[in-house]
Amino acid sequence: MESRWEHFEHGADIGVRGTGPTLAVAFEQAALALTAVVTDPALVRPETSVSIACDAPSDDILFVDWLNALVYEMSTRRMLFAQFHVAIDAHRRLRATAWGERVDPRRHEPAVEVKGATQTALRVTQDAGAWTAECVVDV
Amino acid sequence: MDLSRLTRRSDHEWVIEPQGRMRVPGVIYASEALVADMDHKVYEQVANVAMLPGIEGASYAMPDAHWGYGFPIGGVAAFDPDRGGVISAGGVGFDISCGVRTLCTGLALRDIETRRVDVANALARAVPAGVGSEGQISLDDAEMDAMLSGGARWAVERGYGTVADLERIEEHGCMAGAEPAEVSPRARRRQRDEMGTLGSGNHYLEVQHVAAVFDPAIGEAFQLHEGDLVVTIHCGSRGLGHQIGTEFLRRMAIEAAAHGIELPDRELACAPIRSELGRAYLGAMRAGINCALANRQIITALVRDVFATLFPGSTLPLLYDVSHNTCKVETHVVDGEDKRLFVHRKGATRAFGPGHPDLPAVWTEVGQPVLIGGTMGTASYVLAGTGGKGERAFGSSCHGAGRSMSRHEALKRFRGRQIADDLAGRGIIIRSPSSRGIAEEAPAAYKDVTRVVDAADAAGLSRKVARLEPVVCIKG
Repeated sequence: MESRWEHFEHGADIGVRGTGPTLAVAFEQAALALTAVVTDPALVRPETSVSIACDAPSDDILFVDWLNALVYEMSTRRMLFAQFHVAIDAHRRLRATAWGERVDPRRHEPAVEVKGATQTALRVTQDAGAWTAECVVDV
Repeated sequence: MDLSRLTRRSDHEWVIEPQGRMRVPGVIYASEALVADMDHKVYEQVANVAMLPGIEGASYAMPDAHWGYGFPIGGVAAFDPDRGGVISAGGVGFDISCGVRTLCTGLALRDIETRRVDVANALARAVPAGVGSEGQISLDDAEMDAMLSGGARWAVERGYGTVADLERIEEHGCMAGAEPAEVSPRARRRQRDEMGTLGSGNHYLEVQHVAAVFDPAIGEAFQLHEGDLVVTIHCGSRGLGHQIGTEFLRRMAIEAAAHGIELPDRELACAPIRSELGRAYLGAMRAGINCALANRQIITALVRDVFATLFPGSTLPLLYDVSHNTCKVETHVVDGEDKRLFVHRKGATRAFGPGHPDLPAVWTEVGQPVLIGGTMGTASYVLAGTGGKGERAFGSSCHGAGRSMSRHEALKRFRGRQIADDLAGRGIIIRSPSSRGIAEEAPAAYKDVTRVVDAADAAGLSRKVARLEPVVCIKG
């Protein structure tokens, strides 16, 4: 099946959605949607890698934690990310690598910073072999 | 919103009658047209808030209410700790103590007619704005603690502004009860290099002129006259507040069941005020308020430096500083009885009227200034608190225009460069590191702030005093 990301509308803010054949790929795609809130992911060079780890009591909380871990790295490292590799084990332990670069305002023209991923419209589902992970992010 | 589901109490007051698990009614203050334009989600969220334990009076929505996270943006709700009342991270929001402050300049519009571009360029150089920007101050752990305890008072002690400013800030510039120890290392790390930064999105720094004064007596008290030039700053607690919100929303959502709280919406995550989690959030949130007050104080000092260079002798006294994402302990009359309540304002401004004991002496006769932000192409407003006997929504008013169009739609319809050029043609100089950011913040992507403010005035939430129109706008 096709892996993809998209945005969905939420009043003043934006929803991010990732779809893929596995939970991990859906998370990777949603992370691209997160970057796309700020800039065109194609403009971001995968020059530097950052390791991320989190775990949670449920798939949906894990999804919010994953996005918020990225928001934290974007904020503190002044980075944007364009490539992701996510692995999730049976105990909902997520281990990931994100590749990106420091924000370059001229080249990236970053529109808005993401304050945090929310539990609004939060949904992690599996349907006919496709995983979807989505929520609204506050900007 | 379906008007047939509401009871109309007056021209500008609409009631959601208690039903199901609602403990109190919902009350929406707005004109018929504004209510009709509101998303049905506002109805759901106002009703959901009315289900929370310990809520007093009603669950309120301001004229600019729109779909938020659990609470509507433009929502007000107060909780009584003696009746199992709760405190909600969602009821405060991610950008703790986001707010607005306006500075008078002592200058007139004619004084900068030929220097608008110089002013815009100098402000854009002086005040860091936009994604990835860093402030000039980096705080170590001890200074971070001092800032989180001291707020704007800390900033003044470090040379940013004057003691006179503190009287013109809610809480006299320092939120009591902050507990820096409840602010996590990650929240501190996010803030380390962000002091004195504007942020992005709908945050801005504007030079504005007073285009109209509707109430000359209060205008005089506020020192606002037609043609005057003012500076307005809209920003919040930056990364620190965002991280506090993130962490406590998660904890409150997971622990709600353990506290016996059945959440109608997960994003309404809350904890009893009298619980360890409630106490911890309150301490961290108050530290976040101090961070926002310190941040706006530092930016104020940067703006004053710019004006002192370009206009020697200018001092830029502070009119007032208001926060519109907070939870504060206040005394209000409920059913004829004074009660100490935890009042959440999510996208709503405190609007205390004449004689309110929590106001600084300077505003006791006329009520506090209520600062309402608009867009870079339209207008902002200054109103005055009304309150007193018969105060509405625990002494609250609206906070801004509210978006009418998603960021996606705005990006499809508008080009940032074109907007900046069009506004320049009208004499409004925009500076932003991001053309895309300007497009997403296009004036046409927002509701008409004048309709919102007129409704707030007509509903008795606050009184219209002056209209401010932009001359220079710095966006993140």
